[in-house]
Amino acid sequence: MRLLDFLFPERRNSAGIAKDRLKIVLAHERASRDAPDFLPALQKDLLDVVGRYVEIRGDMLRVNVGKSGDTSLLEINVEIDGAKVKPARNGAAAAAPKVVSATRLDPGAMAPWVKPG
Amino acid sequence: MAKIIVLTSGKGGVGKTTSAAAIAAGLALRGKRTVVIDFDVGLRNLDLIMGCERRVVFDFINVINGDAKLNQALIKDKRNDNLYIFPTSQTRDKDALKREGVERVLDELKDNFDYIVCDSPAGIEHGAITALYFADSAIIVTNPEVSSVRDSDRIIGILASKSRRAEHNLEPVDVHLLLTRYSLERVKKGEMLSVEDVNEILSIPLLGVIPESESVLKASNTGTPIVFDQESLAGRAYIDAVARFLGEQREMRFVTPERRSFFRALLGRA
Repeated sequence: MRLLDFLFPERRNSAGIAKDRLKIVLAHERASRDAPDFLPALQKDLLDVVGRYVEIRGDMLRVNVGKSGDTSLLEINVEIDGAKVKPARNGAAAAAPKVVSATRLDPGAMAPWVKPG
Repeated sequence: MAKIIVLTSGKGGVGKTTSAAAIAAGLALRGKRTVVIDFDVGLRNLDLIMGCERRVVFDFINVINGDAKLNQALIKDKRNDNLYIFPTSQTRDKDALKREGVERVLDELKDNFDYIVCDSPAGIEHGAITALYFADSAIIVTNPEVSSVRDSDRIIGILASKSRRAEHNLEPVDVHLLLTRYSLERVKKGEMLSVEDVNEILSIPLLGVIPESESVLKASNTGTPIVFDQESLAGRAYIDAVARFLGEQREMRFVTPERRSFFRALLGRA
């Protein structure tokens, strides 16, 4: 058996794969389990507002509630890199910002994927 | 004052009814006055597993609606004087389980029993939520398989947020893991999640591991709760789980390879 594993190292046992997949999916689901009920509605409203200025798809705006130490965070990540800017209305949104804005209750902790603009 | 235990899982077909029958009968064997209630309205099966399907006259919904008295609907087990079966309706649907009605019936049962075992339907809809709502303890029936483990995690979350104890800020429901249909052979080959794997993922106290066993189907064929089969490894595993539930320390069996004696090997008996 050991020799087989040595000869065919890519053959992982399926129970190990099952365990890894479960850990990942459950970590994700547990994080969203405690999310307040208003998050989907908030996400929709934000999409409407941002959508007035740039063309944005639903998956480009993410709203999460998380924790950083003792502080609860409302984390809103909007990805507008490459999004087409809509014609300016009343002088608003003239220049397209290159990257992302991140609005949060706690300005201290930034998610690692967010580059400050 | 009775303790209310719910057997729940989210996923169907993992062995909830088999386990509810076995745990209830196991508690009765330990001298505890026990009633086991079928919450699976419209898909009645506990009566078959308990072998009393021909004795059902009135059911849970009749009692909730005031059409029958509790003592007219309770069926006394013929094998053990401490054990009663409370069948559900086969014709109604789950909406007939009104929470206030269920509470009233449970309150009446509480005065007469030590344990009330609730056999939950699968899913996370009204029937399943009603079954777990009043629970003091929950036994999460799980198979060592990805979809069952994921659904168990979901139901643990629901117990922590939607049960009566959660809504009233009481001490949380005390949850236990019961791992069923476990095959040590397949675990050894790396084909099945081990008890350690499931424990690590769900991290709730382990009540027992029930080995996959042919005797479970035989028991359901004849309408006998598996704990009444003294020969069955699964039956013995349930007896151990009941002892642990009552606070005894018992070593987990059927989790590590047992040495087979020469004669047993010769007879081909596991």
